[in-house]
Amino acid sequence: MSDHPSTYVPKTGFEKWLDSRLPIVRLAYDSFVDYPTPKNLNYWWTFGGILSVCLAIQIITGIILAMHYTPHVDYAFNSVERIMRDVNYGWLIRYVHANGASMFFFAVYIHMLRGLYYGSYKAPREVLWILGCIIFFLMIATAFMGYVLPWGQMSFHGAVVITNLIGSIPLIGGPILTWLQGGFAVDQATLNRFFSLHYLLPFVIAGVVILHIWALHVAGQNNPAGVEIKSKEDTVAFTPYATVKDGVAIIVFLFLFSVFVFFMPNALGHADNYIPANPLVTPAHIVPEWYLLPFYAILRAIPDKFGGVIAMFGSIAVIFALPWLDTSKVKSMRYRPVMRWFFVIFVIVCLGLGWCGAQLPDAQVIPGLPSFTLFDGQLNSYLWLTRLFTIYYFVFFLLIMPWIGLKEEPLPVPASISEAVLAEHNKKKG
Amino acid sequence: MKSLQTLGRKAWIKAAATVMAASLTLGAGSALAAGGALHAHEPKEGFSSSGVLGTYDQAQLQRGYKVYREVCAACHSMKLISFRNLGEKDGPFYDPKYKNPNENPVVKQIASEFEVPTIDSETGDVITRKATTSDAFPSPFANPEAAAASNGGAVPPDLSVITKARHGGASYVYSLLTGYKAPPAGLKIAEGQHYNPYFPGDLSSAWSGDHKHVPAGGVLAMAPPLSAGQVTFDDGRESTLSNQAADVAAFLEWAGEPKAVLRKKTGVAVLAYLLLFFGLTYASYRMVWRGKH
Ligand code: HEC
Ligand code: HEM
Repeated sequence: MSDHPSTYVPKTGFEKWLDSRLPIVRLAYDSFVDYPTPKNLNYWWTFGGILSVCLAIQIITGIILAMHYTPHVDYAFNSVERIMRDVNYGWLIRYVHANGASMFFFAVYIHMLRGLYYGSYKAPREVLWILGCIIFFLMIATAFMGYVLPWGQMSFHGAVVITNLIGSIPLIGGPILTWLQGGFAVDQATLNRFFSLHYLLPFVIAGVVILHIWALHVAGQNNPAGVEIKSKEDTVAFTPYATVKDGVAIIVFLFLFSVFVFFMPNALGHADNYIPANPLVTPAHIVPEWYLLPFYAILRAIPDKFGGVIAMFGSIAVIFALPWLDTSKVKSMRYRPVMRWFFVIFVIVCLGLGWCGAQLPDAQVIPGLPSFTLFDGQLNSYLWLTRLFTIYYFVFFLLIMPWIGLKEEPLPVPASISEAVLAEHNKKKG
Repeated sequence: MKSLQTLGRKAWIKAAATVMAASLTLGAGSALAAGGALHAHEPKEGFSSSGVLGTYDQAQLQRGYKVYREVCAACHSMKLISFRNLGEKDGPFYDPKYKNPNENPVVKQIASEFEVPTIDSETGDVITRKATTSDAFPSPFANPEAAAASNGGAVPPDLSVITKARHGGASYVYSLLTGYKAPPAGLKIAEGQHYNPYFPGDLSSAWSGDHKHVPAGGVLAMAPPLSAGQVTFDDGRESTLSNQAADVAAFLEWAGEPKAVLRKKTGVAVLAYLLLFFGLTYASYRMVWRGKH
């Protein structure tokens, strides 16, 4: 916290010398050793540390992959297979990187839902939240371009579908599309620039993460009770308390990660991406990676292409505006008896959108159920289920958030973190 | 918000449970609706490589290589596989005496039986030379156009990673090779096409029967490549259709993931290490936080 005075005492001569020139050890000590964290943080708070590990893993494995990868339409596919066959432990590096993206998104979704549930976006953490949203947006861009690099069928046709969305923007869309693709189609120029950007963006993410953590250390961490730190009794030192707890969570996370990497490395991917890209053959069913499916579903829910693009970007934009959409005085949904049920439905709707994103829009949701045509599609179709979910998604942010915040009667909020901890302690004892 | 609150906690739980149950049934529904082809299955004896600790059966890989070489290689390339790969750890001809597969006499012998194109350094003419262990398997056709011309317009796909490029992997290859059937009456099959219930496709436009019961599967340009007795196995295994198909499917599985055995072994060690490390860290966590909760 900003008002927390530094307690770092340089011990060795070198540390003293350095401290009066560049107090970097002091910065690290104040941020990761002596930094006071709320003592009631639960395991949902370990995902920030997990995400840092994810970013480091992606950058390290990515740099090694780039040493062996060839960004050329004729060689990219084979160079990836060469990495898995002929580079020492190349199979490990590639599978860690590919599954790492999925694990990264898994963690960031939990991290964001944590923030949503406990009101971590509310004052004074608006900037912290927006920086997180920027990270998330950059992650999507990075993952999308990374998926193009192996130049399989899904890489290629996914890139065609997504870049062509830009072309649907009236007037300026066409020229922007050509500029983005580096030509009139997804081809060598596109692959080459996607490689360049896929290498660049993670470092931009790393930069924004530094700002994100800076903002965190100015505002202080939120906590499950959603009340601010009032006294020293409310906190414990980052090290060893938070470090050891984060450590436990990171190991469990790495365990899950390893199960995928070593025993089912292709389970989260799509078989078609092991077919070399062929512009003349379009796969029967083009789908993005699982973590982008909800947004893909929202895109396809709108009958008009440009409208779909707006809805898709809008679904990310509303997350940025969240601090000003929520009108509640209380942060944590622990004390928001009504809102929390809308939150549960929201989580189910997001999963539902992901499910719909993987289906063909015309397919029947309940096979054989008689249905009728509504507007432009059968009611008993994924198209309409997706629309239903999409409507809830936006209504949740734009109507429920502001409205319930004003109307709901929150439960009594504890006066301090210590009080909250004590109350829980007594409840457990019965 | 009195009205919402009076609705009470139970009602909300019920509503949420209903939504959850509905989404589960929806999931089940679409799983039934998906896929017009029969579900791929393993041979009766299974694949030794499946499962968490499964490894490749070397004798089977050798037989599978023979099937590939004598039958499939007439049409299908395997550009990502070099002769040396055959002698690498967990490969068909790996011999612990020859850690360097390029020195493995079996591998050297196999390579020397092939000719590969090269350039005569004196004249610049295209000539051929004996293949070496570092050469990739030669392709049956010079280019995709030539391949299509000899196969009724369809290009036989490269088989290097075929088990990763199809749902069902080796089971799919096995099911496809053994699954050819006479087309049901009412299904029109074009010249040069063959009906297979395991091949993903949509037959509704070729089907003149009841439109609610369109036959499963699709048609492909590959005639049934294997039949009983086609490849003679050196180890005396009976040359049934199923045995040949299982062996070549296992060989293709190895070719697609030659490091799979190493990967799984490494995985077991990594998980064991993480488990140990978890125990230690969790114990420290309990110690550090004692009295703080
Ligand atoms: C006479 C040439 C020929 C031979 C011999 C042959 N194939 Fe094929 N194969 C083809 C052609 C042509 C296709 C493409 C079919 C299509 O897409 O319509 C094909 C396709 C395939 C496919 C892909 C099916 C799919 O899902 O797209 C597999 C797998 C396959 N062959 C395996 C084999 C195996 C294993 C052998 C050896 C036992 C073999 N083939 C022998 C010509 C051949
Ligand atoms: C690369 C991705 C990210 C990394 C590495 C990262 C890292 C971190 C870390 C280390 C913390 C502190 C520990 C914790 O409270 O969990 C944190 C806190 C936080 N992050 Fe992130 N983050 C990322 C993405 C995001 C995203 C996408 C959002 C939301 C849109 C977000 C929102 C927040 C918020 C609101 C906090 C404060 C949490 C609180 O104290 O309540 N972060 N982040």
